[in-house]
Amino acid sequence: MLSFFLRRLLLLIPTFIGVSIVSFAFIRLLPGDPIMLMAGERGMSAERYLELQHQFGYDRPLVVQYLDYLWGVLQGDLGQSIVTKRPVLQEFFTLFPATLELSLCAITIAVAIGVPAGVLAAVKRGSFLDQAIMGTALVGYSMPIFWWGLLLIILFSGVLGWTPVSGRISLMFFFPPVTGFMLIDSLLSGQAGAFRSALSHLVLPSIVLATIPLAVIARQTRSAMLEVLSEDYVRTARAKGLPSRRVVGLHALRNALIPVITTIGLQVGVLLAGAILTETIFSWPGIGKWMVDSVFRRDYPVIQGGLLIIAGIIMLVNLLVDVLYGLVNPRIRHAR
Amino acid sequence: MSLLDIRNLTVEFRTAQGPFRAVDGVDLVVDQGEILSIVGESGSGKSVAMLATMGLLPWTATVTADRMAFDGHDLLTMSRRERRRIVGRDMAMIFQEPMTSLNPCFTVGFQIKETLRYHLGLDRKAAHERAVELMRQVGIPEPERRLSAFPHQMSGGMSQRCMIAMALACKPKLLIADEPTTALDVTIQAQILDLLVGLQRDSGMGLVLITHDMGVVAETAERVVVQYAGQQVEQQDVKALFEDPHHPYTAALLAALPERATSKELPSIPGVVPGQGDRPTGCLFNPRCRFATDHCRKVVPPHASSEMGRALCHYPLRHGVPTGHPAHMEAAS
Repeated sequence: MLSFFLRRLLLLIPTFIGVSIVSFAFIRLLPGDPIMLMAGERGMSAERYLELQHQFGYDRPLVVQYLDYLWGVLQGDLGQSIVTKRPVLQEFFTLFPATLELSLCAITIAVAIGVPAGVLAAVKRGSFLDQAIMGTALVGYSMPIFWWGLLLIILFSGVLGWTPVSGRISLMFFFPPVTGFMLIDSLLSGQAGAFRSALSHLVLPSIVLATIPLAVIARQTRSAMLEVLSEDYVRTARAKGLPSRRVVGLHALRNALIPVITTIGLQVGVLLAGAILTETIFSWPGIGKWMVDSVFRRDYPVIQGGLLIIAGIIMLVNLLVDVLYGLVNPRIRHAR
Repeated sequence: MSLLDIRNLTVEFRTAQGPFRAVDGVDLVVDQGEILSIVGESGSGKSVAMLATMGLLPWTATVTADRMAFDGHDLLTMSRRERRRIVGRDMAMIFQEPMTSLNPCFTVGFQIKETLRYHLGLDRKAAHERAVELMRQVGIPEPERRLSAFPHQMSGGMSQRCMIAMALACKPKLLIADEPTTALDVTIQAQILDLLVGLQRDSGMGLVLITHDMGVVAETAERVVVQYAGQQVEQQDVKALFEDPHHPYTAALLAALPERATSKELPSIPGVVPGQGDRPTGCLFNPRCRFATDHCRKVVPPHASSEMGRALCHYPLRHGVPTGHPAHMEAAS
């Protein structure tokens, strides 16, 4: 198990270098650069432009800039934002809890509803219930996130007035961040109504972000369950006289979860990508919105650094999933 | 009172091409301490009949019977919950593929103890002790260590021994073994058969042995039921069956045994068991029967008397000669 883990860890190095090159190169393919955007509509003299370019080091060859950047990264320095002048890493850690809170809520909703729905559809295969679940999943999967988000805002915020439109918490409340998770911090602050406010802000974006993973997880669970339910060992479990609940919920589900866990792991990438749209719609102050804003400002260090961190997170989660996979599947755990 | 008493069992599957009758009017009686063997080719409905008895058929199957009783309980009217209390406890089953019949995600120990804890309510310690005892009983070396092994770490023979241990956990009155040796090596086959017969003798349980191997039948069974295309075509004591088969199908099966072969080529029964679409009229065996007449092709045969093995045939054989057969009548006159 340890050597398996170390080998997987070693594999991360080339992937990481690849991501750093791509994130470095792609942003520079966009027309415009941070200095031109800083000047705004008034423009600036060519001398001033060159001077600033020299100051930021953008006049050096790309390879030199990249190596310089990489050297910094290896020392844990992702540079600082051109716009806010604050270190990228520091900005990231200020904003990341918001995204993490949103993503955790979303994946919890997706798993808590997706897995049981998939199991139910598989057990009642061919029934009206099965078709209803799978039909809903297909709709959820095919719906554009931003459109779905706007629909929910119109209904729940606009027509019904149940939920706020944007942000993480009502402006009435202020308390210093302790964990960075608004739900927990609002409870810790002891202010009446703060938790309620935080929760009502979180509900809609979580549902929107959960929609696609939920649909994918439900479909994957159903197909994995269908395959497992016809296995000999499920018949053996029934032959023991065990109740259906235990046969399906333990003997079958445990095997069906193996592919489902991989799917859940892969959804982390989808979540972070989805967070960019969702956070923008709901003005959620997380890293998704941060990235979008930085692209508009051509804030090179932020985009490079942000992409690198996000890619790192996705890689780590995938590694974690592989480890978890081994824990669920004894055949992998004992290999070699 | 018989342990298992089944009358006129019929199993139909709903399929896309309409209903398919896999078991057709089968009668089965198993007494306490008896070894009954059900023989037949693939598709003869022998497994399906026993899965129906265990209540393990998928939802597409419809089971009907005039009578289906086990140990005084009526299996037909009993609720699913009541039935689960019998299945796995008093009536257990082992299957053809030991390697896929064990759940790959759980240790063998967990799977054996699960039965013990569920049916007998044993606590952790008692279940463990009983599991070790069971593993020893089925001849698994180092039972303590083996209990924490996962199925993929064991051979086919070992897995089948574990399946047997699992089935025997609650000291069942009836054990159904569905081709328990088919998937195993020849040397292991003999070991598993010996084990089953030995365990049956020690415990006095009833044993139903489903097989397509006449050799296995000869070595183990006391009474034999021969099935063909879902129908029961003959029923006899094993000795009598080998000496004087009454149904042409049984005779053909016996003639196909390699050790009985008289020519260089192995004898075989031409054709295959009819499937859903190609069921013949009259006797289901008529396209493959060397004695078949027009009468056989038109009229469904009745069961012969018990001394003729209840053979499902118009002209049941007596010492190889079809009784009442027109061609042989002429020869006799």
